[in-house]
Amino acid sequence: MIRAWLTQHGFVFFLTLKRLISTPVTSLLSIIVMGIALSLPAGIYVLMQNLQAISGQTADSPQMSLFLKLDTTQDSIEKVNQRLEENPQIQTVQFIPKDVALQQLQQSTGLTDITASLMRNPLPDAFVIHTQENSTEALEQLRTVIQSWPEIEHVQFDSAWIERLNALLDLARFAVLMLATLLSIAIIAIMFNTIRLQILTKRDEIEISKLIGATDSFIQRPFLYFGALQGLAGGATAWLIMALAIRTLNEELTTLAQLYRIDLQLQHLSSADSISLLLFSAWLGWLGARISVASHLWQIEPK
Amino acid sequence: MITFKNVSKRYPDGYVALNNVDLTVEPGEMVFLTGHSGAGKSTLLKLIAAIERPTSGTITISGQNIAQLKPSAIPYMRRKIGFIFQDHKLLFDRNVFDNVLLPLQISNFDNNTVAARVRAALDKVGLLKKEKAMPIALSGGERQRLCIARAVVHRPAILIADEPTGNLDVEYARDIMTMFTSFNQVGVTVLIATHDASLLEDTQHRILSLKQGKLAA
Repeated sequence: MIRAWLTQHGFVFFLTLKRLISTPVTSLLSIIVMGIALSLPAGIYVLMQNLQAISGQTADSPQMSLFLKLDTTQDSIEKVNQRLEENPQIQTVQFIPKDVALQQLQQSTGLTDITASLMRNPLPDAFVIHTQENSTEALEQLRTVIQSWPEIEHVQFDSAWIERLNALLDLARFAVLMLATLLSIAIIAIMFNTIRLQILTKRDEIEISKLIGATDSFIQRPFLYFGALQGLAGGATAWLIMALAIRTLNEELTTLAQLYRIDLQLQHLSSADSISLLLFSAWLGWLGARISVASHLWQIEPK
Repeated sequence: MITFKNVSKRYPDGYVALNNVDLTVEPGEMVFLTGHSGAGKSTLLKLIAAIERPTSGTITISGQNIAQLKPSAIPYMRRKIGFIFQDHKLLFDRNVFDNVLLPLQISNFDNNTVAARVRAALDKVGLLKKEKAMPIALSGGERQRLCIARAVVHRPAILIADEPTGNLDVEYARDIMTMFTSFNQVGVTVLIATHDASLLEDTQHRILSLKQGKLAA
């Protein structure tokens, strides 16, 4: 019984593949249209994921930089360190002596010649702390407290741009959702029409099959397979379009990143997200076919 | 096997195709249904295959009341019948073999036996050598035999033919009739609708004749 069922489905699967291949231009065009439609929201999603990865490094545990006055003594540094260590709001404390800071500057910018020509180190000693909390109020409060210490010249804490970025990302996420919804409806409509035309050309076959005892699910099956397979192919096309776009962009970014001495490479969808994309596009194709079949097949009744 | 009780069929435009028809076809019987065109022969056959529904009365096929079948049960009922249609209803986009294969695909037959079954059916109607041919390339008599092969490939208990010798020469028509007789001899109930009087001259089988929707004695 199960074997007969499997043979049946295997047969329909290959029949559907044959149908897809028998009209190569039409199939290819539909698949490309679906691929482009899907690659738009998916592409924006990929960009967002990448932005979030960059912002996430800082956003998860906010970082604050404390710059000490230039004439601070070793004793005062010890005192500041102790006060920071004792503060329960602070997670980690890292001291960066001015010599180390200068070395880092030389290494990261390549401005060795200029820094070497300086009479003395212009950089202050600094602490970098990571806080426990990440609410803006708590951070502002902590900043006020630390700023009031006599040894502190300046407290820099970069929450503002992270917040703006996060707000932008939220907005982008919403835009992606809207775009994805609209284009999904478009894909369903494309599939609806494709299947409608197929049903019209297979009118005789459907009528005769009904006459000699085919069940509705037997008649529907090839059309549903067709929808799902074409949807899957559309999803794969979208994935390839994005892969190509990311490769091209990354080549450009490499040049840019070399200029700025930073590591900046876009990542493609994770494998879980890729599988989701393929499943979703297959489902969309299937759904379009399902709606089309439901609204057209009943019209073909043997007489 | 087939029982009609007070069956009437009135079409929406008011035309009465069948009027209070009572008939019984016993299992294994071979019966002819005659009458002029428009006498209701085709309607009667369509009622048996549940292509049409009766306006009143009951139709029973091997114990099942056709009029009360749920739509989802109709396909399974149709598989018990082999139907030879007046307009053939062959699929012109596939070859002889695939046309005969269709009923087996529909009823989910095991892949290992289907090819043998299709060839056995084609052999019975003498088309074994033409299994790769397309229906368009067949003569009228060959198409008719292809229809018969498709109707019997799933070994139905009932075989129904609507004008099976329609446009055929007498010689071809006799061949076809011999085939039906041989199916009947192995236990298949056969019901043939025809207006061809020459077929009925020397038959020993029962003849039912329809006149204006009524069964004449």
